[in-house]
Amino acid sequence: MVNPHDVPTAEQLLESVREWLERDVLPATQGRLQFHARVAVNVLAMVERELAIGAEQATAHAARLARFGCETETQLADRIRGGELDDRIDEVRDAVWASVRDKLTVANPKYLDGWRTGPADG
Amino acid sequence: MAHPPAPDQTGELAVRLALALDVEKVDGLVRLSGGASRDTWRFTAGGRSLVLQVQRSGDGRDMGVEAAVVRAAGKAGMPVASIVAASNQADDIGASYMVLTAVHGETIARKILRDDEFIAARAALTTELGSALAVLHSIPIDAVPGLADLEQVAHYRDMLDSLGWPHPTFELAFRWLEQHRPASTARAIVHGDFRLGNMIVGPTGLGAIIDWELAHVGDPMEDLGWLCVKAWRFGSRRPVAGVGDYAELFAAYEAGGGTTVDPDAVRWWEVLGTLKWGIMCMVQAAAHLSGTSRSHELAAIGRRVCENEHDLFLALEGRW
Repeated sequence: MVNPHDVPTAEQLLESVREWLERDVLPATQGRLQFHARVAVNVLAMVERELAIGAEQATAHAARLARFGCETETQLADRIRGGELDDRIDEVRDAVWASVRDKLTVANPKYLDGWRTGPADG
Repeated sequence: MAHPPAPDQTGELAVRLALALDVEKVDGLVRLSGGASRDTWRFTAGGRSLVLQVQRSGDGRDMGVEAAVVRAAGKAGMPVASIVAASNQADDIGASYMVLTAVHGETIARKILRDDEFIAARAALTTELGSALAVLHSIPIDAVPGLADLEQVAHYRDMLDSLGWPHPTFELAFRWLEQHRPASTARAIVHGDFRLGNMIVGPTGLGAIIDWELAHVGDPMEDLGWLCVKAWRFGSRRPVAGVGDYAELFAAYEAGGGTTVDPDAVRWWEVLGTLKWGIMCMVQAAAHLSGTSRSHELAAIGRRVCENEHDLFLALEGRW
């Protein structure tokens, strides 16, 4: 997709703000303000990851939903709730967990690593 | 979070508080924190360190019931802060409130789990928590009138539906919960939010169980399961509050007079607890999105729902 904007890209702009928070704001604050600055760093990093891999994840997610005749999460949730997928429930679980892991890859990738390698600090 | 009141308002609160407590004056009134449902203040009066909890407008719960539970728990021998005064009338200080004795110690889970100061406390805590729950669950349910008594699965099903953000993972979890419901019919007064963060811990162990506003009548295994929910291990691998193992907790609970523990029932409540915390993450994000409480911290919590989804898959792996 082509857009009319100049550099920096949206990704680079976010990165620049996150770097400023990490470099200048975190060391200069403490307590509640520092905690909220850290939350802000994490939020920006999350959006950076979503911009980088979100489109690819959306394609994979749509393909998983399509296997069960669904276009949206809501449809899949409704069909599970209505018992319509009971005969394919193992397959449904595998697909849903795969999308959950994709969400974590954006939201908090350490949470996925932590389980396998040691206590997660998230 | 609202801004702390102006100094003159603090002064007025101090005057009304002194009147309510029938003391000449209160000193050092400082606001500690504000939650969604209440504000907490610290002060001294008559040489005693005390804590004031004031209910926020909009919270429909009866603080008189909470005070009655704390009193009943203390009378039964559970470690709690003593209630010095409580009122569910707005006349005294402008809202329902409780005044409790201040208990020295730490509530922040990560400090309790990691700081050297709490090495001995961590070793003692699992047994103390098992014993404390046994004491709580021994209180007759009619000792405290007015406690909520809701079927928990239906309650959280309704909460999820009212949010309007369906999740396939949660449907799979509800399906599992319906298919594996424990046979137990035991009823007790349960704390409802029994976990690190809601207990004051000192260097040698448990000081007091606090934050009783979610107490209700339910299956006693609910408290044991909630204590073991992965989110409340704060990154530790130990299942019980991040400090202990299931067998140790169950042994202490049974030794303290609790009913024989069915590990599968505790696991069932742990799964419901994980689902419940996922729903509560959405509730917090909704508080931001609706404008009730604009906050990037609350907004970010919405993106923690998938942690709970992942935890549900881990908890149920091999158990479906």
